[in-house]
Amino acid sequence: MVLKATNIIKYFHEPEDFQVLKGLNFTVDKGTFLSIVGKSGCGKSTLLYILSSMDTDYEGQLEINGQLLTGKSQNELARFRNQNLGFVFQFHYLLPEFSALKNVMLPAMKLGRFSKEEIENTAMEKLRLVGMEDYALKMSSKLSGGQQQRVAIARALVNNPAIIMADEPTGNLDKANSIKVFDIFMELTSKGQTIIAVTHDNEFAEKSHRIIEMSDGKIVRS
Amino acid sequence: MTLKLSLDIAITHLLARKKQSIVAMLGVTFGISMFLVMISFMTGVNKFLNDLALDNSPHIRIYNPIKTDRLTILDEMAATKAPNQKGMNVVYHQRPKNELPNIDKGMKLVRIIEKMPEVLGVSPQVGTQVFYNNGPIQVSGTISGTDIVKENALYNLKSKMEDGNIEGLLFNPEGIIIGSGLAKKINAKTGDRISITTPYGNTLLLKVVGIFSFGIATVDDTKSYASIATVQKILQKDPSYITDIHIKLKDYQKSKVMAAELNRMFGFKTEDWETANAAFFAGDQIRYVMTAVVSITLLVVAGFGIYNIMNMHILNKIKDIAILKAMGFEGKDIIATFLMQSVIIGILGGLLGISIGYFFSYLISQTPFPEAGFLKITTFPVNFDPRFYVAGVFFGFVTTLFAGYFPALKASKIDPVAIIRG
Ligand SMILES: Nc1ncnc2c1ncn2[C@@H]1O[C@H](COP(=O)(O)OP(=O)(O)O)[C@@H](O)[C@H]1O
Ligand SMILES: [Mg+2]
Repeated sequence: MVLKATNIIKYFHEPEDFQVLKGLNFTVDKGTFLSIVGKSGCGKSTLLYILSSMDTDYEGQLEINGQLLTGKSQNELARFRNQNLGFVFQFHYLLPEFSALKNVMLPAMKLGRFSKEEIENTAMEKLRLVGMEDYALKMSSKLSGGQQQRVAIARALVNNPAIIMADEPTGNLDKANSIKVFDIFMELTSKGQTIIAVTHDNEFAEKSHRIIEMSDGKIVRS
Repeated sequence: MTLKLSLDIAITHLLARKKQSIVAMLGVTFGISMFLVMISFMTGVNKFLNDLALDNSPHIRIYNPIKTDRLTILDEMAATKAPNQKGMNVVYHQRPKNELPNIDKGMKLVRIIEKMPEVLGVSPQVGTQVFYNNGPIQVSGTISGTDIVKENALYNLKSKMEDGNIEGLLFNPEGIIIGSGLAKKINAKTGDRISITTPYGNTLLLKVVGIFSFGIATVDDTKSYASIATVQKILQKDPSYITDIHIKLKDYQKSKVMAAELNRMFGFKTEDWETANAAFFAGDQIRYVMTAVVSITLLVVAGFGIYNIMNMHILNKIKDIAILKAMGFEGKDIIATFLMQSVIIGILGGLLGISIGYFFSYLISQTPFPEAGFLKITTFPVNFDPRFYVAGVFFGFVTTLFAGYFPALKASKIDPVAIIRG
């Protein structure tokens, strides 16, 4: 078991008090490819931000890799994310002033465990994995949406995190690239990494190991 | 190493918006170069005037002032009575007595003071006011009877001679050295004869053996030197008659202390260099304060410029900051990244500022002084003190550190979810 969520409750207070997540309980095993599906607005993204440790404003408990994250300070969580989590955002967020390669290298440089050459090699390897090695030295702002998304995936992989979380990772990709991304994720699970992906692409979800379906802030199928 | 990474990101950000970075940098450059030019010039002028005043006035002057505030004989008698017996004694408009303004046993004093370890040189003088006449022209001024060798030791008179030489006074008992302004007024040249008249009506015919110029109009226009004996003669006094003792110390900053000491020892009035030039020192202070105010204002303005630019920059980079945090960058990494940007701006701006400041200070120091004849100076005085340059870079650094810190702190507090959620 790599992740355990206990009675996760989340409110939004703006524009009015509104309960988005209404007590979610689930665990995720190591090496699972988990898809979270549900209608738009049911709270999938909200849940994913809590699981990613970025959103700390919730009730309930979150445990990842045997560590209780609930109640930890922002800086502790930042270090935890850096080592254990990879994140692919719904909108491919790269740093525009840096090359694709440098974007991928940044989390590893922050981790600081390897030399610059080692990091560069790892980053190139990850770029190759997503088929972006030819664009390594291109400014990320000069890449197309789909290309940026793939670089963002490479970046999420660079520290070999225990869990990779992705919010609509194929939202900006065409059919061929979507399949490619799916295959990459599947491949990673075979090496023991865990994938948690929010998606509304049913075909994508059906092929994954496990589906959690949400509706109106609750889990309706698991 | 995280700091290195922060620096890497900082430099990338700076280079990505070169124009803004350069504008912010030039703000600092302007502030610091202005600071340097102003402080170098101001202190240069101060130092020049200082040296001028120091050069041409004694560190300590001993004299015997004529007292006008002496007690009347009636007051003196009243003071001896018991207070309740005090009568009404009124004396209107008391005149000074015909006191001799001489220093009793002056020459002996000179010999004692000369032996003091702090003392560099002593010059006894006998001075009086006189009228200079050359033909029908009459100009008032002062004459100093001096031991010209001692006087030269104190004021380096030789270097101030425009014409003739000081030795003329040694060999010629009727010799006189006059100021350049005075020479012009009475139209006298070396070798001419002029007559001087004392306030008591005694007249003496003297021969001009030299003309000096101190570069201070009030001196050059009125003063003259003769031997002590000559002035004693015209005043009809005996050879022990001395009115002033001028003293130079090895360390002029001890003037005040030594002056008080001498006063205590001998009882004569002593005046130190600083007190004599008090008005000049007041101007000194005002110039320093002005320099500080203007420089600080410029740096504060530059600081606000950087503050604004950094704030705008952080607003633009809010998404990047969210990503960095999502990837695991901590608050302190974010602060370092953005603080480094403003400090780099500050240091580069500061270094450029001291180069430009030096350049303009140099230009000023090479600019011919317009009134070259009036003061002994050919170009504007500039003080190239390296401490100013260190201070300039330091101020630039501190200003930008402050200006960058608050925006950087704000950046570190950005909540990544709020941004990424969109
Ligand atoms: N920052 C927010 N403030 C208030 N309400 C929000 C905020 N973000 C999302 N919501 C609301 O919470 C619900 C769940 O949103 P979200 O998790 O983004 O849904 P999904 O990703 O499943 O489409 C929606 O009704 C949305 O309007
Ligand atoms: Mg969503």
